[in-house]
Formats: sequence, structure tokens, C-alpha cells
Amino acid sequence: MLELRDVTAGYDRRAPVVRNATLTVAPGEAVGLLGPSGCGKSTLARVTALLHRPDSGHVVLDGAPVHRYRHRAPRAQRTAVGVVFQQPRLSADPRLRLTDLIAEPLRATGRRSSVPERVAELAGTVGLTPDLLTRRPHEVSDGQLQRACLARALVLRPRWLVCDEMTAMLDASTTAALVRAVEDYRTATGAGLLAVGHDRLLLNRWCDRTVHWDTVTPKRAPMPVRTPG
Amino acid sequence: MTERPPARAAEAAPEPPAASAVDAAPAERPPVLSVRGLSVRFLLPGGRRIAAVTDARFDVAPGECLVLIGESGCGKSVLASALLGLLPANAQTSGGALLGELDLLTAGEPTLARTVRGRRVGLIPQSPAAHLTPVRTIRSQMEETVAQLTGVRGRAALRSAAERAAARAGFPRDHLDRHPHELSGGLAQRAATALALIGDAPLLLADEPTTGLDRDLVDHTVDELRRHIDADRALLMITHDLAAAERIADRVAVMYAGRIVELTGADTFFGSPGPRHPYSRGLLEALPDRSFTPIPGLPPELGGLPDGCAFAARCDRATDACTALPPFTGPVACHHPLPAPTPEDLRA
Repeated sequence: MLELRDVTAGYDRRAPVVRNATLTVAPGEAVGLLGPSGCGKSTLARVTALLHRPDSGHVVLDGAPVHRYRHRAPRAQRTAVGVVFQQPRLSADPRLRLTDLIAEPLRATGRRSSVPERVAELAGTVGLTPDLLTRRPHEVSDGQLQRACLARALVLRPRWLVCDEMTAMLDASTTAALVRAVEDYRTATGAGLLAVGHDRLLLNRWCDRTVHWDTVTPKRAPMPVRTPG
Repeated sequence: MTERPPARAAEAAPEPPAASAVDAAPAERPPVLSVRGLSVRFLLPGGRRIAAVTDARFDVAPGECLVLIGESGCGKSVLASALLGLLPANAQTSGGALLGELDLLTAGEPTLARTVRGRRVGLIPQSPAAHLTPVRTIRSQMEETVAQLTGVRGRAALRSAAERAAARAGFPRDHLDRHPHELSGGLAQRAATALALIGDAPLLLADEPTTGLDRDLVDHTVDELRRHIDADRALLMITHDLAAAERIADRVAVMYAGRIVELTGADTFFGSPGPRHPYSRGLLEALPDRSFTPIPGLPPELGGLPDGCAFAARCDRATDACTALPPFTGPVACHHPLPAPTPEDLRA
């Protein structure tokens, strides 16, 4: 299970972006999290991917509560979650060739020997041709770069995948191709998925169940509303 | 606004030039924009040439919204940049793009800066938050644009003109004194739209105006853009968002690998009988509310396009005929379009 228990998180303790979010993803389940722009769903996705320490509340990964986040997270937990972000340009090191981009997690975890085999295998999974693998990010399109970012997220065979607006910048065909690649991986490995987005149609089609932001973060006492002027 | 003209242009042009070509007889009015065989090549070191746009031909009629769709990297933003004279120095253009009598491709930078950008072509940018000047308030940017593009002079007059301009795009007056980073995506979009509308340009050019916005905001933005198209004003919108295109378009042009492969009415395209080019069909079928199936393969490199049909490698209808370049006949450039043409299709 991937569990978020009463998570409050943000960038200023006095004004958290996410308040008391609770959400559970079962193994093999695909959950869509739907919310408008700016509601805090990306912050929650970062917490889920262990990339942001919540102010309070817990993330529980397969029964083990997470105590440390970001680079302090234990490797076993850190590598159990793969993450794909909205903007491939901002999530790819511009100096790395796509093949190195995909192989980076393997090298970082001391699995250098499996690089050639895994990269070739994943390039096929996400639909990248061999000539693209030798290029750097500025030499490929957004769609091609996002394919590489998905391959990077899958390279350590994570049990959980977090896709934060993975397809918001992409055209319909690339969207369908990436969703298919994610689903093929999940069918093969039984990984669970948290797909965050604002496209109801897409998430309904993609996921087993779609939850709305308002049900994940139940309303408490109404916040004082500051009126301008 | 990037299309802000140099300061000295202000005294020369108290009024935006009259929408010259569009006030002819209502029945057969000349198009606002007429693109004729526009091609753009980028020259790279080592003699490589990138064919970003090849032989684009289309008209935009007054009061019309033409939506140019295609996947990222197909050349559609390059086309927009070419129309505004904003291509980098290593680009070569050929063909023509007539805005009234003026050819945008051969007009010099002074002409483009002083009479075209903002005055005859309003640009609604991709990512408005990045397009606005970050260190100045929306009000000061509005007032500057009003002062540059219209004859309004004097502090009080500018202030009220800027407020009117903001109101026109539905930008709330109490947010005028904010900086761009204090605005949500939707409000930044409205600010950019308001700036684009100030010059009363007969052609609005919107380059991916809805990228990164959520569905409600996309619908809202697109509806507002539609509201600004009237009898004389036309909109050329570039997008990869088919849902937004369906909401606003009168006609749809589909671009693939730098070429327009299909140009047809929006009703035909999104309704029945549907698009006829296999690529257009594939794009539509990839939508989550249709079959959600991707088109196999990847688009070809613009630096090494095949001699024949660029889509043939991904097309399940490809035959030997596809090694030759398909001519653009009727609404579509394909050797075996689907479904079989009826007289109605040919009319489009």
C-alpha cells in the first residue's frame, strides 16, 4: 500500500499548501487525483515521491512509515517510487545525452553493469529510437524528452509510480503513447500508480478510480477570506 | 510585450493603421492574412538544413478563427515566428505572407516593429507569465502599451485607458497593481490577452495560449478569445490541444513534419465525416474520449525528411505511391485519404 495519512505540507509553515490530505493507493491500483491549477496537488505528488518533507502527517510505503525525505530517504524507499513531472525540460539535465539520462538512476545505485541492457529495453518500451538516445535534451522535442523521463522513472523497476501532469504539455498521440507505456509497465510488474492532473476525461479513461482534490483534503473550519480593498 | 515597438514610433503613429484590406464589400472580402507557399529553413553549422516549414498555404478571412494543430516539433511555432519576423538569424524564408498589401516576410524590421507588431498583428503568447515583464506591475505595462499603440496622452487618460483595456479582457481592476508572479495562470493569460487587444489589430495570433492551464481555464480562455473575433478581426491559433481547437475553430489546418497536410472545416473535422488524412484521423483517435490509441512511431526529423510522404512510415495505408510527395488536392495532401471523397468534401 501507498498511504498518505493526514499530510500537511507547503513552503511556509504558517500557510501550508496542502492541509490534512489522506489518500491510499493499493498495489496494482491506478488512482487519478484531480484538481484545479494551483490547488496543491503537485506539492502532494512531491511528498508522495519522497521529494518534499511534509510539515505533519505520514507517508507509509508498503507498511513502512517514511521518516526521511529527499536525499536522506533510505535507498530502498527512494527507489520504490518512480516519478515523472509535468515539464520534461525542467526535469532533465541539459548536459546528459538521453541514454545517460535514462541510465542515471542505475549508476547512482551501483548497477552500472545493467545499463546497456536496461536502456535498450526501456527505449523500446517508451518508443525512443536508437539515434535519439545519443542526443542531448535541446536536440529533441518535448514529447521525445518526456518519453526519456518516463524511461528514467521506470529504470529501477519502482513498485509505485507518481505521474504529475505527465502529459499536460503533450499532443494527443504522445499522451496516448505514454499512458500506454505506463500501463504496459504496470501490467507487467503490478506497480501502483498515482496520476495527478486536471484533465478529468484523461484520468477517468486512464485510472481505476479518480478522486477529486476536495475529497482528499476535507474542508475544516472555513479560512478567513481576505477581501481586497 | 515583446512586440512593443521602439519608443519613437509613438509620435509617428497616433492611430493604429486602418484595417486596410478588410473594409471592402462584406460578401467577398479579401483575407486578413494570406500565406502563400511559405517555407522556413534553418541553416546549421556543417551545412545541415532543417526544413521547419515547407510550402504552407492558407488564408485567414475576416471574422474567422483558423486553428493550426500538430504535435510538438512539427514547425507550427516557427510559422508563427515567421509571420511576426521573430525568426533567429540563421533562418531563411521563402514564399509570401500577405497582411493586406504588406508582405510580412520581406518587410524590414523597422516596418514590422513600428506598424505591424501590436498594431496589425496582436500576439497572444505561450506561457503569458513568462511573457510579461516580471519587475513591473500589470498596470504599468498596460499604460505603456496604450501610450505606444494609441494616441492617448496624459496620466489620467492613460490610467483610465489602461483600465478600460484590462476590463475588455476581463482582467479585474483590483489586480492591476500586482506583479506577474502574483497572478494565477488564468489571470496572467487575461493580462496578456488585454495587451494583445490594445492595438486593435485585425489579426490576432495566439501561440499555444492554453498550455499548462487546467481544463476549465482552457475553456474559459478559448471562449474569451472567441469573443474577441468579430466581423473584422481574425484569429490564427496554434495549439496541440484538440479539445480547445474544437471549441473555437471555424477551420482546422493540420501540420505534420513542416507541411500542412489537411485544411478543412471544423465541423467536418471534429464531426462527420471526420478528417481524411490518416495522420489527422490518428490524432483524433488518440483522444481519451475516443479510442485512446497512439499513432505508432515517432514524427520524422525535420533535418532528414523523406522525399515522399513524411507520414508514410507511420501510416497503415501506405503503398508504393507514398514514395512520391502527395500534392495538396482538395482539403488534404495524401495519396489515399479516407473516407472516399464526396462532392461535399471537395467543396471544403
